[in-house]
Amino acid sequence: MNDGLLAELTAIGRAAGAAPDGEPVLLADRRGALVVRVGDLAVKAHRADKDPGELGARLRAAAHPALRDVLVVPLGEPARVAGRLVSVWPYGAAVSPDDPPWEEAGRILARLHALPADALDPPPPYWGGVGKAARTVGRLPGGPAATEIRRAFATLPGWLRGEAPPPPGTAIIHGDWHLGQLVRPPGQGWRLIDVDDLGWGDPAWDLARAAALFSAGVLPPDEWARFLGAYRAAGGRAVPGSGDPWTTLDIPARTLAIQIAATSVLYALDEGRPLDEFETALVDTCSRITRSEVGP
Amino acid sequence: MQCPKCRGTMRTYDRNGVHIEQCEMCRGIFLDYGELEALTRMQNQYMQPPPAAPAAPAAPAPGWGAQQQHHHHYGHHRQKSVFHMLFST
Ligand SMILES: [Zn+2]
Repeated sequence: MNDGLLAELTAIGRAAGAAPDGEPVLLADRRGALVVRVGDLAVKAHRADKDPGELGARLRAAAHPALRDVLVVPLGEPARVAGRLVSVWPYGAAVSPDDPPWEEAGRILARLHALPADALDPPPPYWGGVGKAARTVGRLPGGPAATEIRRAFATLPGWLRGEAPPPPGTAIIHGDWHLGQLVRPPGQGWRLIDVDDLGWGDPAWDLARAAALFSAGVLPPDEWARFLGAYRAAGGRAVPGSGDPWTTLDIPARTLAIQIAATSVLYALDEGRPLDEFETALVDTCSRITRSEVGP
Repeated sequence: MQCPKCRGTMRTYDRNGVHIEQCEMCRGIFLDYGELEALTRMQNQYMQPPPAAPAAPAAPAPGWGAQQQHHHHYGHHRQKSVFHMLFST
């Protein structure tokens, strides 16, 4: 961990009006992004490898009044520290792991996806998550689990493997949605955080992680039904209003199942342990994806 | 804030509008004045007999979906992997 950067983020938080008492608390230090809580503010140093022009455009989009009921609104303009963009946000309470607000999650994504094409001016860039599965699978070592994951990955459409340009976007999407992306700032309802991948895309990708975990047997069917049901009832555009939701969810859910399986293998390797039951369920899902495409 | 029991980091979680401080390590909970009462009120409401609801229809799955459910509780230590899958990139 970078103590110098932590001190700089704390100073930025204090300058932005965070209460002077209270120790800074490290909230996240993952893959080069650092988030520190300073009193009632959260200060984020974005990843150094993010394109500053694109990230700046996503941060400007987050500050747009049209997104006020959907996203936590950043405070002021992003700063620059050692070549990285730093943004300041109101701190919000996280989702309790014991009691995820699935209905609220579905409704807030439906609200985001309902924004018309001209709601944001200038429009945000294309969403930033397109190459993530390919990058994660690319980091896999050898071994039987990795082989299963690579075989499933090979069945995905070429644009997900970097062999063709992605299809044009139809909505503004979060781009990296999971339950850790919901917070509740004081006096407000649930809001989305982390706009590093926000942009134009197919809204089905925001449902992809939950869909993948349901399909792998890891997310219980009743929780998936609460999430999808609330999303549909709120008019969410990622799936048909009625009937089979997998016509649009299928490819994003397959991709996320593969990506989560790859992440799990890398975590387990890092921690020097075998895959647990749930991680194994994701690798087994990869095998079923391959069989559904190319036969046994 | 540090956990008084195990020195783990306390995070602020939202439970139906009530903010609780919970330790990331031992999952111990710190309640501010009035929060226990608020949680108790909520629990009492929860204990009222619910209106009879129709059983939710079985959610359809894609052809490659699992036949078997893997049971877990998010909050428990053993299911750290499931927490990662649902709560992080
Ligand atoms: Zn503790």
